[in-house]
Amino acid sequence: MSKNDVTRRGVLRTGAVAGAGLALPTIFTASSAAAFTNEPTGGTVTLGFNVPQTGPYADEGMDELRAFELAVEHLNNGGGCLDTFSSKALKGNGILGKQVKFVTGDTQTKSDAARASAKSMIEKDGAIMISGGSSSGVAVAVQGLCQEAGIIFMAGLTHSNDTTGKDKKKNGFRHFFNAYMSGAALAPVLQKAYGSDRKAYHLTADYTWGWTQQESIQAATEALGWQTVNNVLTPLAATDFSAYIAPVLNSGADVLILNHYGGNMVNSLTQAVQFGLRDKMANGKQFEVVVPLYSELMAKGAGANIKGVFGSTNWSWTLQDAGTQAFVKAFGAKYGFPPSNAAQTCYAQTLLYADAVERAGSFNPCAVAEALEGFEFDGLGNGPTLYRADDHQCFKDVLVMKGKESPANEYDALEVVEVTPRAQVEYAPDHPMFAGGDLGQCNPGA
Amino acid sequence: MDDIILQILNGLDKGSAYALIALGLTLIFGTLGVVNFAHGALFMIGAFCAVTLQKLLSLERIEVSATEKTAWGTPLEIKTPYAELWFGHDFGAAIIDWSVPLAILFAIPVMLAIGYVMERGLIKHFYKRPHADQILVTFGLAIVLQELIKHYYGANPIPTPAPSAFRGSFDFGVLLGFDAGSIIYPYWRMVYFAFSAVIIGAVFAFLQFTTFGMVVRAGMADRETVGLLGINIDRRFTIMFGLAAAVAGLAGVMYTPINSPNYHMGMDFLVLSFVVVVVGGMGSLPGAVLAGFLLGILESFASYSPIKNFFETWLFLPSIDQIIIYLVAIIILLTRPRGLMGRKGVMED
Repeated sequence: MSKNDVTRRGVLRTGAVAGAGLALPTIFTASSAAAFTNEPTGGTVTLGFNVPQTGPYADEGMDELRAFELAVEHLNNGGGCLDTFSSKALKGNGILGKQVKFVTGDTQTKSDAARASAKSMIEKDGAIMISGGSSSGVAVAVQGLCQEAGIIFMAGLTHSNDTTGKDKKKNGFRHFFNAYMSGAALAPVLQKAYGSDRKAYHLTADYTWGWTQQESIQAATEALGWQTVNNVLTPLAATDFSAYIAPVLNSGADVLILNHYGGNMVNSLTQAVQFGLRDKMANGKQFEVVVPLYSELMAKGAGANIKGVFGSTNWSWTLQDAGTQAFVKAFGAKYGFPPSNAAQTCYAQTLLYADAVERAGSFNPCAVAEALEGFEFDGLGNGPTLYRADDHQCFKDVLVMKGKESPANEYDALEVVEVTPRAQVEYAPDHPMFAGGDLGQCNPGA
Repeated sequence: MDDIILQILNGLDKGSAYALIALGLTLIFGTLGVVNFAHGALFMIGAFCAVTLQKLLSLERIEVSATEKTAWGTPLEIKTPYAELWFGHDFGAAIIDWSVPLAILFAIPVMLAIGYVMERGLIKHFYKRPHADQILVTFGLAIVLQELIKHYYGANPIPTPAPSAFRGSFDFGVLLGFDAGSIIYPYWRMVYFAFSAVIIGAVFAFLQFTTFGMVVRAGMADRETVGLLGINIDRRFTIMFGLAAAVAGLAGVMYTPINSPNYHMGMDFLVLSFVVVVVGGMGSLPGAVLAGFLLGILESFASYSPIKNFFETWLFLPSIDQIIIYLVAIIILLTRPRGLMGRKGVMED
């Protein structure tokens, strides 16, 4: 008779000890080889540009890609805004002496697709930083992913208050302005042009950006004394807005505020003009239309309907400062036409990231974040700018634009009517429209 | 009351588009028995016929200035439309201005040709295949067509305005005894409604009063018997496919001033047009037209904010404007399974 001493508990105990022993060197190896996610080891460093290459914002995404490509060219070889940037850390020899390479992903303007492409660029291509986007929903989703992965996210075009409000993250940074700033910049111009006794009717795209845009512009115009007659949420997928616009005629309103972007804006503005709203008199005043957020590409789509309509932008290629001139000349020489404000924010973000790495002397995201927080700079086209430490939002002048009456060419649809000074669009970090979020801790990953 | 009239008017132009697309779908389904998910893409291609003609008529002679430069540093290009160079400034400008109505002449042969090639090259191979196969292949074709359009024309909407004579709007308020400016309706939408009525009338007249149409109607009712009489029904059905494509294309051409066309516009209409066909009664041409207008008007009312708020507050149904067509479709199919005008025995093998 043989005695078997092997018990189930014994096997488990032995297995656990052996497993831990085998795993221990791996854990040590991982933590000793890389202090943070995708630490560059060779002579190159890879940046990931995540933009809509298909879907409704593909044209905007292409313009962003052009700007990213130009930024990488300037980082590696000098030129462009490297000569006008107030920080002189960038020398045109890459980042920390490493040649800059880039990979691209297609967000399709869908949060899940954007997260998947960002994840792939981080895990498969070793991207050290992710930038891009043409939608706040996408930006918030990718920012969250970068926070979890220990990667810096330099947001592209995202205008919702939530990006640096309730959804802000320690690893995420936004150069673009936001919905609150649009409202704060537009309100005084609207008061000057249309007076304080106005009744506004809002049509609002039914998603995060639309809600915060509407809330912001309503607060700003009500502070002027305007009344809000109605706010109707319209589906993001809507193309025909006539059924939403027709009730405006008899609503008692004398201003229509279109909290729409992209194709929504093109269609709703076109249809508002078709329904004669711009020729109508209401309450003894000329009926007016306002589009709080403009984009050059959408202005082009709306054609002549945009004439005389007020809105706001982050930047315009028509500005005359040295930073703008340098960027526009470099972009125009390479592509044959001027850049959009989506392109400018992507270009600026890439340079700002590279500059922060140079100043920090490390690619470690926590060191980079520290270098960006509270950073004051100039020479990138927006005048003196602050990257506020409290919420990672850039504060700079905001442009109030108007559809031009006689555009000289297809890129000349909008004109700057006022450069709203930075002080006028600033707000406290705990402002109610931005409440509910927490930057949290920096995550270096690895 | 004025708001109600406005919503009815609004529903008419959307209903016109639904009716025209659904009419073509029904013609194809009724004659060939094919469920054509590429029909929305044909509507979109029609719209891009208007865009193409506008671009062709607006082609410009470009002279590069030797001395002047643009603000972005490239040599200044001085552009003059060829139409103005060849026909004089005023007449040339008028031709460009009328590019959308002129596109009807351009779109008819293009759409007939596309319809013919589509039917002979692809669809005919799927006549005897299950509907699921037909849906897959035509849906795939629709995606290919829309991606091609996006590649060549971009993703953003392209402004394609109506002739300046039809811009602006008509004040129905004054006409109907209401306050001036209370019922305003754009001229071009009136043109679109009238155009749709003419096209629908022409299709019905063609089917009702010509020998060709009589054979097609007979074939729709009993294909086998017509074949036994020695009539080549397949050839006639191929022509009907081309005709249905042309109807969808013309609906797209004339819709461009209402909504700036983009590559996705066909898909936006496709699913709703199928619902229209089912609600109208599969194979029923009058049913498709009736359901098109009915659902267009219903959708318009559901977007009216007092109604929208009522559904949200009292019936806990948010975004009723997005679901009303499907809700009504469910109710109609529960109470009249063959749709509004579907007849027993038709399309029920």
